[in-house]
Amino acid sequence: MKKVCLCESCAQERGVTDPTGFSLADALLGGMPGQKTVVTQTHAPVTAGGGKQCPACGFTLEDLRRVRRFGCSECYKTFNDELTGILRGMHKGSLHVGKVPKGLMEQQVRDQRLEELRARLDQAVAAENYEEAAGLRDEIRQIELHTGISG
Amino acid sequence: MMRFSTLIKYPADWMTGANADNSVVLTSRIRLARNLRDEPFPGWATREQRAATLEELRPAVEGLAPMKDGFSQTLSDLSSVQKQVLVERHLISREHAARGDGSAAVIERRQMYSLMLNEEDHLRMQAIRPGLELREAYEGLSALDDELAQALPYAFDPKLGYLTTCPTNLGTGLRASAMLHLPGLVLSDQIGQVLQAVNKIGLAVRGIYGEGTESLGNLYQISNQSTLGESEDTIIRRLERVISQVAEHERNAREKLLEDDPDMVADKIGRAYGVLRHAWVIDSKEALNHVSLLRLGSDLGFFTNDTMRLADALLMDIQPAHLQLHSGRKLSPEERDAIRAEIIRSRLHSLPPPDIRPTTRNGDNPNTPETSGDA
Repeated sequence: MKKVCLCESCAQERGVTDPTGFSLADALLGGMPGQKTVVTQTHAPVTAGGGKQCPACGFTLEDLRRVRRFGCSECYKTFNDELTGILRGMHKGSLHVGKVPKGLMEQQVRDQRLEELRARLDQAVAAENYEEAAGLRDEIRQIELHTGISG
Repeated sequence: MMRFSTLIKYPADWMTGANADNSVVLTSRIRLARNLRDEPFPGWATREQRAATLEELRPAVEGLAPMKDGFSQTLSDLSSVQKQVLVERHLISREHAARGDGSAAVIERRQMYSLMLNEEDHLRMQAIRPGLELREAYEGLSALDDELAQALPYAFDPKLGYLTTCPTNLGTGLRASAMLHLPGLVLSDQIGQVLQAVNKIGLAVRGIYGEGTESLGNLYQISNQSTLGESEDTIIRRLERVISQVAEHERNAREKLLEDDPDMVADKIGRAYGVLRHAWVIDSKEALNHVSLLRLGSDLGFFTNDTMRLADALLMDIQPAHLQLHSGRKLSPEERDAIRAEIIRSRLHSLPPPDIRPTTRNGDNPNTPETSGDA
C-alpha cells in the first residue's frame, strides 16, 4: 500500500474527500461515487450488443466493467460468472455466514423442510409405499396451510 | 419532527466523550448497508424510481421507535452548509451530501443513530458511540435492522448475504470502525510500524480526511475491509481486539514519552497551548494539530480534567461548515481562519496554562525533579 500524507485541502484536490473513510475501497475499485445513469430501457433482452444484460434493470456487462457496481439485486444472478472474479481477493470468504433478515430464517428452514418432505414423498410413491406417502402428503399440506403457501 | 437547528444545538454524547473513557478511542461506529429487493440501486435508478424507493423506505424508517421525534429531511431541502455540517458530524457521508433528489437523512435526536436513504445503497444505517463500544453499537443497530427487515423486503441471497450496490460491501454489509487518537505513537515514531501491522491483518487505516498514515490531529480510523465470509460477531471481535492492542500501545507510548523526555512533551503541549490561546488567524490543519496536543496534555495531567471535553468540542466546532453555521453566513477561507482563532481563544479563555509537572493517571510524577526547591 502506498502511503500518502494528505491534509484537508490536498485530500479534496485528489478527490479523497470522504471523512468517513467508508468509501475508500470503492474509490480504489475505480467506481464513480455519485454517478447517475438513467435507464430508459428496462426489461431489455438478455443479450444486447453481444454482452450480457440484466433482464430486471438493463445493466450491461460493459456497465459493470466501467463502474464495478451493480444495477439491482437481480444483477447478482445475471453476472454471477463475473462476480467470482470480482470477489476473489476482496473478502475473507465467498459464502455468507452472517446475519439473516428476521423472518427469512424461519422461511428458509420451512422451505428446506418442505423440499425434504417432497423428496421423500417422491421416493415413497416410486416405491409404492402409499401409506407413508399419505402421511408425508398430510405433513406437507399442514405446513403449506400454516404458511399460506398454495399448491 | 425535529428542526435542524435543534438537532445541531445539542452535541451528541459521542462528540463530547460523555460517560466513556475516550482518551484514545474517541468513537466507535457501525454501518450496515441494505437494499430493497425489487428496486434498482440508487446510482442506477431513474429519478422516478428513486422517489418511489424513498416513499417506501421513509415511513418504515421514521416509524422506528428511536426515530420518534428525530430529524428527517430530504437532502434537496437542506442548504449546502447544513449538509456539510451533517458531514462534519459524521451523520451523513460526503457521497450522500452530494446527492439531491430522492435522498433523505433520518437522524435520531441524540444523534446516536442516523439512517441515510438512497445513498450508494437504498439504506445505510449507522450507530456511533463514544469510546470503544463496537459491540454495543452493533447490537443497538441490529435491533433497528431487525425491525426494518419485518417491514421492508430486503435484497438478500442465502449464499451472498445482503446484496449491495458495490461488491465490497456484500455479505454482512457491515463496516465497523473506530476513531483513534494516537499522538503518543506519532511522537515516539512508532506509528508507521503499528499501522503497517494493522494493515497486514486485513484492516484498513485512514486519516479523518482520507487515506494516509500521517493524518490531521493524530487521528486515525481503523475499520474492517472484508464483509463476506465472516459473521458480524467475528468481524467485530477481531476489530475490537486489534483496537484494544493499538490503544494499549498508545497508552504505553504516552507514559514512556513522559518518562524519557518530559521536556519535549511539556514543550510541545506548552507551545500548542500558547498558539491556541493567542493565535489571531489559524487554519484547520494547524488548529487540529494543536487541539490534538491539548487532548494529549489533558490525558497526561497537564490540564484540569474537563479539558478533554473542551478539546473534543473544538474538534467538531472549528470545522469549516460549523464555523459558517455559527456565523450565519458564507465565509471565505481567510474569514474562517480568523473566526476559528476567535472561537478557540474564547473557549480557552479560562483554561489555566499547563502544569509542567503533571501527575499521570497512575499517580506517578515522572516530571518531578530529584531535588526540590530548584525553582
